[in-house]
Amino acid sequence: MVAHLVRLKLTLLGNTLRRSVWHTIGLVVATLYGLSLVFLGVGAAVVGGRADPVLTGQFVTLVGSVVVLGWWVVPLFAYGLDATLDPLRFTTYAIPRRQLVAGLAAAALVSVPALVTSLAALGVSFAWASDPVALVAALAGAVLGVGLCVVGARATTALCAPLLESRRYREVLMVVAVIPLLAIGPFFAWLSSRTAARGEVTVGPDELVPSALAPAARVLAWTPFGAPWSIPAAVHDGAWGLAGARVAVAAGTLALLAVIWDRALARALVSPRGGAAAGTARGLGWFDRLPATPMGAVAARCATYWLRDPRYATSLAVVPLLPVVLVVVGVSSGSGAGLLVLVVPVVAFVLGFAVSNDVGYDNTAFALHVATGVPGRADRWGRMLPVLALGVPLVAALSVTSAGVAGRWDLLPALLGGGVGVLGATLGTSSVASARLVYPVPRPGESPFRKPQGATVATLVAQMAAVAVIVALLLPTVGAGVAAAVTGAGAWWWATGVVGVATGGAAVVIGARWGARVYERRLPELLSQVKNFA
Amino acid sequence: MTHPAVPPDTTAALSLRGLWKRFGQKIAVAGIDLDVPAGSFYGLVGPNGAGKTTALSMATGLLRPDFGTAHVLGVDLWAEPDRAKPLLGVLPDGLRLFDRLTGAQLLTYAGLLRGLDRDTVARRSEDLLAAMDLTADRDTLVVDYSAGMTKKIALAGAMIHAPRVLVLDEPFEAVDPVSAANIRDILRRYADDGGTVVVSSHVMDLVQRMCTHVAVIAGGHVLDTGTVDAVRGGQSLEDRFVDLVGGRKESGGLEWLRTSSDSS
Repeated sequence: MVAHLVRLKLTLLGNTLRRSVWHTIGLVVATLYGLSLVFLGVGAAVVGGRADPVLTGQFVTLVGSVVVLGWWVVPLFAYGLDATLDPLRFTTYAIPRRQLVAGLAAAALVSVPALVTSLAALGVSFAWASDPVALVAALAGAVLGVGLCVVGARATTALCAPLLESRRYREVLMVVAVIPLLAIGPFFAWLSSRTAARGEVTVGPDELVPSALAPAARVLAWTPFGAPWSIPAAVHDGAWGLAGARVAVAAGTLALLAVIWDRALARALVSPRGGAAAGTARGLGWFDRLPATPMGAVAARCATYWLRDPRYATSLAVVPLLPVVLVVVGVSSGSGAGLLVLVVPVVAFVLGFAVSNDVGYDNTAFALHVATGVPGRADRWGRMLPVLALGVPLVAALSVTSAGVAGRWDLLPALLGGGVGVLGATLGTSSVASARLVYPVPRPGESPFRKPQGATVATLVAQMAAVAVIVALLLPTVGAGVAAAVTGAGAWWWATGVVGVATGGAAVVIGARWGARVYERRLPELLSQVKNFA
Repeated sequence: MTHPAVPPDTTAALSLRGLWKRFGQKIAVAGIDLDVPAGSFYGLVGPNGAGKTTALSMATGLLRPDFGTAHVLGVDLWAEPDRAKPLLGVLPDGLRLFDRLTGAQLLTYAGLLRGLDRDTVARRSEDLLAAMDLTADRDTLVVDYSAGMTKKIALAGAMIHAPRVLVLDEPFEAVDPVSAANIRDILRRYADDGGTVVVSSHVMDLVQRMCTHVAVIAGGHVLDTGTVDAVRGGQSLEDRFVDLVGGRKESGGLEWLRTSSDSS
């Protein structure tokens, strides 16, 4: 059974590669990237191990802990990341569960992340090359560690699967998941400021690291995340009791995870999918409030989606978090609240760019627009209006707030105008880009964090082209802003604002008109493109 | 099959000439000529992968043909889409809907996109929800509808602007028998009042009972067209279809599947 499932996984992988060149390129790039990480990591570990195996061991424990934790947690947010062998697909076959679990675990090793983790885990063991006994312990620990990663990932997803099955919980979770991701930056800024503060004098990074490393590694060694990586250190010290305890922690956790996975699988195999409560919304919502024209209808539909579709809602969720993040980073890094003025352009950009692949987000539902022959003007303006209606007041409010908090009222005209400029330039570009450069995105109902396979290169090219245009459009505004900062003349700040508003307004109007022309010319082609993603 | 260059029939509800579409190596539709008389109830039948969906997509403006033309009541669809599309109501198969909207919102959306005014949209969507037996689910998000309900709401969306020609790709798939019967009644009444219905289906029996005309498509070609009676020529449509398309296997083999023979 184990061999069967591994072979099945390889066949499935082979078939996806045969289907699309982009998949192949994506896989090759991912593998090369992963292998380069392995190479760097192993190289650093071996070199470091020759100099100071204990310190290197502590470092490996720290990084290893993060990796294990990542394996456990990330699949929850990127639900279905690797569902090629969804256990539910085996429901109808009479496979003994124990064999199924073993087979799925082995098959789970056949993926780029698992391969990279395994190679890296085994490779960094050679940090202990100077001590053969510790080396053996390290290799054994690495096997345990990889097991914890792979089985742990399956166990946590299987455990949370009933929760994730329900559409509503899943969507809430997806939006909430943005928060910890955004918090990572400020957390590290805070951490480094704390450590720096404790060191009183400014310490170089090479001295700072060991001082924080040893206690962290000591604590982590007792957790399931760090235990497998800290076994060789105990062996190296000759502390056999300690080594045994760490093996027990790691192996015990692994066994526990296997049991959890097995139980969850047993439950999943007998309880079919579905049965979640259906979502409802009374009345017609935005359709009643906006004009009864095609343009009004598109705007109403987009406004509804901004609130109801997690793929858009995550863009909105970023908006209130961003000022918090910037203030924390600004204060902790010592640059003060001045960083807050960045909120305005960044929020404007996030909002405007969220519609840069709107047809891709529609997916094949876009067929309705094709069949009804919505005029390009109505489609383009309809998609932009909700963003403008939300974005312009938001830019204004954030400009006033951030100017006030930063105590720089002289910046207000530039912030207001610049914000409108960024919003308009981004929206106008998005309006053309979404009719011209469609690329695969998570399908409706999928996690917004799930990157469609093989889309990476196409996505990158499309987004870079759009960003390049936006930057070019904003050059005059930025130029005026730089002049203002250099000369310090208030008139330049006003000029920045005026140029920004003019750029934004012109970009929206021209973008809508040009976008409408491209849209009308490529209507069926757009549909064919999104159909190929599905 | 080669055809003489017959000009499109401008009185026909749908007149296709030399439609041709290739996807990569595969020729999905290889020169289809078809005239759907106005007021007919037209069935399009063919085996899986025959090119039905591709042909209908090209006839309704969803897919640009490599070659060929499609006229809707004498209007060239690909030359004047703005004049032709209002005449058509389209139910595509296998495509998504804007399923984050409720049923009522989706109908409203379709109506407003067609340029109807608010009152007309409100009145017609009530009627359609009632006719499709979806009134109780009007405020439920379409994403939470069952497959049959989704089909029905999509069908309602295709009819809200009272099109002259309805083109429905697999309209009865996943629809329960009661709803299917209701939908058939609605479509028949619509055809009796001068509307034209084009349906594609796998269910021969249904096409034989419901349609006035039929076209058999296989391998991207039209094998036979005409009134249902003319095409089936005395046999059942199903037998005639199998004759035309071929590929029927003598039911030998699979002896081991007869569990009754060696048990007891």
